[in-house]
Amino acid sequence: MTDATATAAPATSDPSRTQRRNAAEKRFQLYGKLAVGIGVLALIMLLGSILSRGLPAFNQTFIKADITLDAAALDPNGNRDPEDIRKVLTFAYKPLINDSLTGLAEQLAAGPVPEATPDLIAGMISDAATATLRDYVIRNPGQIGETVEFEFLANARIDQYLKGNVDRESAAADSRVDPIQLDIADALQESGAMEKRFNLDFIIGPDASENRPEAAGIGVALMGSAYMMLIVLCLALPIGVAASIYLEEFAPKNWITDIIEVNISNLAAVPSIVFGILGLAIFINYMHLPNSAPIVGGLVLTLMTLPTIIISTRASLKSVPPSIKEAAIGVGASKMQAIFHHVLPLAAPGILTGTIIGLAQALGETAPLLLIGMVAFVRDHPGSLPDGLFEPATGLPVQVYNFTQRADPAFVERASGAIIVLLAFLVIMNAIAIFLRQRLERKW
Amino acid sequence: MSVSLLFWVLIALGAAGYIVGRKKALVSAGGNQLGLHSLVGYYGWSVALASFLAGVCVIVLLKFAGSFAEVFSNPALLTIAALAAALAAFALTFVRIDKDFRARNYVEAMVKGLLFTASLIAILTTVMIVFSMLFETGRFFSQYSWTEFFFGLNWAPNFRGDSDLGMLPLLWGTIYVSLIALAVAVPIGLFSAIYLVEYASPRVRSFAKPAIEVLAGIPTIVYGLFALITVGPLLRDWFAQPMGLGNSSASVMTAGLVMGIMLIPFVSSLSDDIINAVPRAMRDGSLGLGATQSETIRRVVIPAALPGIVGAILLAASRAIGETMIVVLGAGAAARMSLNPFEAMTTVTVKIVSQLTGDTDFASPETLVAFALGITLFFLTLCLNVLALYIVRRYREQYE
Repeated sequence: MTDATATAAPATSDPSRTQRRNAAEKRFQLYGKLAVGIGVLALIMLLGSILSRGLPAFNQTFIKADITLDAAALDPNGNRDPEDIRKVLTFAYKPLINDSLTGLAEQLAAGPVPEATPDLIAGMISDAATATLRDYVIRNPGQIGETVEFEFLANARIDQYLKGNVDRESAAADSRVDPIQLDIADALQESGAMEKRFNLDFIIGPDASENRPEAAGIGVALMGSAYMMLIVLCLALPIGVAASIYLEEFAPKNWITDIIEVNISNLAAVPSIVFGILGLAIFINYMHLPNSAPIVGGLVLTLMTLPTIIISTRASLKSVPPSIKEAAIGVGASKMQAIFHHVLPLAAPGILTGTIIGLAQALGETAPLLLIGMVAFVRDHPGSLPDGLFEPATGLPVQVYNFTQRADPAFVERASGAIIVLLAFLVIMNAIAIFLRQRLERKW
Repeated sequence: MSVSLLFWVLIALGAAGYIVGRKKALVSAGGNQLGLHSLVGYYGWSVALASFLAGVCVIVLLKFAGSFAEVFSNPALLTIAALAAALAAFALTFVRIDKDFRARNYVEAMVKGLLFTASLIAILTTVMIVFSMLFETGRFFSQYSWTEFFFGLNWAPNFRGDSDLGMLPLLWGTIYVSLIALAVAVPIGLFSAIYLVEYASPRVRSFAKPAIEVLAGIPTIVYGLFALITVGPLLRDWFAQPMGLGNSSASVMTAGLVMGIMLIPFVSSLSDDIINAVPRAMRDGSLGLGATQSETIRRVVIPAALPGIVGAILLAASRAIGETMIVVLGAGAAARMSLNPFEAMTTVTVKIVSQLTGDTDFASPETLVAFALGITLFFLTLCLNVLALYIVRRYREQYE
């Protein structure tokens, strides 16, 4: 039998054919590698493009200026009565800023930028500055008449110039910035009166109007998203768990159960925009819930997340060995007791993981929220719970869409920055889910 | 009484029911818990749950009836009816409490009813979707001819009336974008699944598989922004303008490419499962006869997995058709039937968004058309899903 192996040599094989087949094998592997490579590359490009454009949004340019809070303009009656101070509108603060900048303008005109005027410098400061100033005066009426150093947000164009997105050529063609202002910016930066630093208002502040991109924040959207997630958690989790328990443990095999099962797997694949139409038709037009309110968004997202939660909950209920339930029934528990006292606690980590993943999905959903009016411009934060649920708000992804619809290119940075915040939340939620799965989930 | 106050009253009633029910059971057994049929808490719960659920049921029913007939939406009627029902259920259950009363079975039947109701919400959602859209679509077709909607070649809504609302240009845009997306996603997704299942070392797999799956967890608005600020200008400056095909950064190609990237993980993870399910013995048979690994995959594994893969592609197609944010930001808003992939076109979902946002008048056909588009979209994706699920299920049974 020893010579049997020797005769097994492929006597008829044609070497060129073998070569061809091996080459085909190599090619095939290469296609596979390429496909994986493209997938990974796409991920890197996607994240790279968003991060590189969005990270600068967190750092913004501030201009330091000494403002004389002129008592004659701010408190005409001279009695420091908060009511009277409130009556002075932001409009009256504008000349105050211009006047206070005269000294700085003269100083600059004598030195590096001969063309500098107070109006040009005031134009570099965000339009939101007057509101900042007014809020400060209302909070500190005692400071009226004093000279106080303020840090104002710089205008979006100046901010973008410092970030390298605006140059002299584009500034010359832009009606909203003067090339001289760029010279002033250089001079101010040198003297330390202008600097870039972290801007918390981007994260907690409200949205701002079309021509003030530098002051736009995502605070209202964050609150709206948080409220919606709260509603989804409070509704989808109990309903989803109850439905899963029924379907997994109690449902008799009949046509009603079949319909429910088919229904759930189909609902999971219904386009999200259809849920938006449902929300508009049922919750707003028929039940007359308020437009753009987190309650409507939360309900729509609940209906959308429910199939995901049901599917994952059923999987984790199924993974608990039947012997545990049988043992409980064997010592006299009813089926309901066996499930609620033994199966459900053991399945809880899996259910929690599924719920977090469902919530993460709901957090990123945009299309249905557009239809129920959450895309509106909302200036004020919604109030505290529970009334805040019925007040207008936006959601984080919708806010991103909102930013992209505005003409000013500075909003691209805002949109990317908002996405970074959104992605950060998603990463945190998924990390918690993975942690729970690895730490708490039991293998049987 | 407001509904929220009514709820608190019902909860208070339930709490009282728990206390008196428990007490009566204990008294009937002479203070000895062992003389009772069920654990003593169940007697309390039976009264509490019965009265609370009766009240809530009446509230829900009356609210529902109130939307059909004005008579039922009277708040005083609501309060009285709900309280009466709750008290009646309270009394009826309380009277029955005795040491031989099967309180546990009674409570568990009610809990089971609650569980069943929860599972009905899924059906209720579908019914609400279909009915709300059918109703508004009916109103739309009473104002606009359905033949012109389904077969019209022109989409030109005009809010002063007299609009052309033909769906075909939108459908063409949807199909064109989806085809490009599938042309990107299917080869890449399929090949990466094959590579990861059949060739990759555990180390590569442990890195590449999650990296591709991360793509599935990214919200579509992120892809939309990527299309808008990166891919669109890139395609315009490097392909469309040099080739003289257009100047628009929003184009079918932009949306299609980005949507393709979004679908890669979808195709690859589904195909991954399906290829894994092909029995080992089939591969071994082929390899044993001297076939190379790639020949085995092409001639044995893929044909065996084909029905499953077709199912996965159909599911991906249904995703592509229903996708909204990528096309809203990437494909443009002009309804057009053209073959040039670098031209801006629009899709069904884009038009649903644009007709339903902003100032809308729910009596005009220009707004109502969105519901007709929505139901078309719903049935289109439903058919694809049902077909795909059917194919996948049959395929699974084949090897089990």
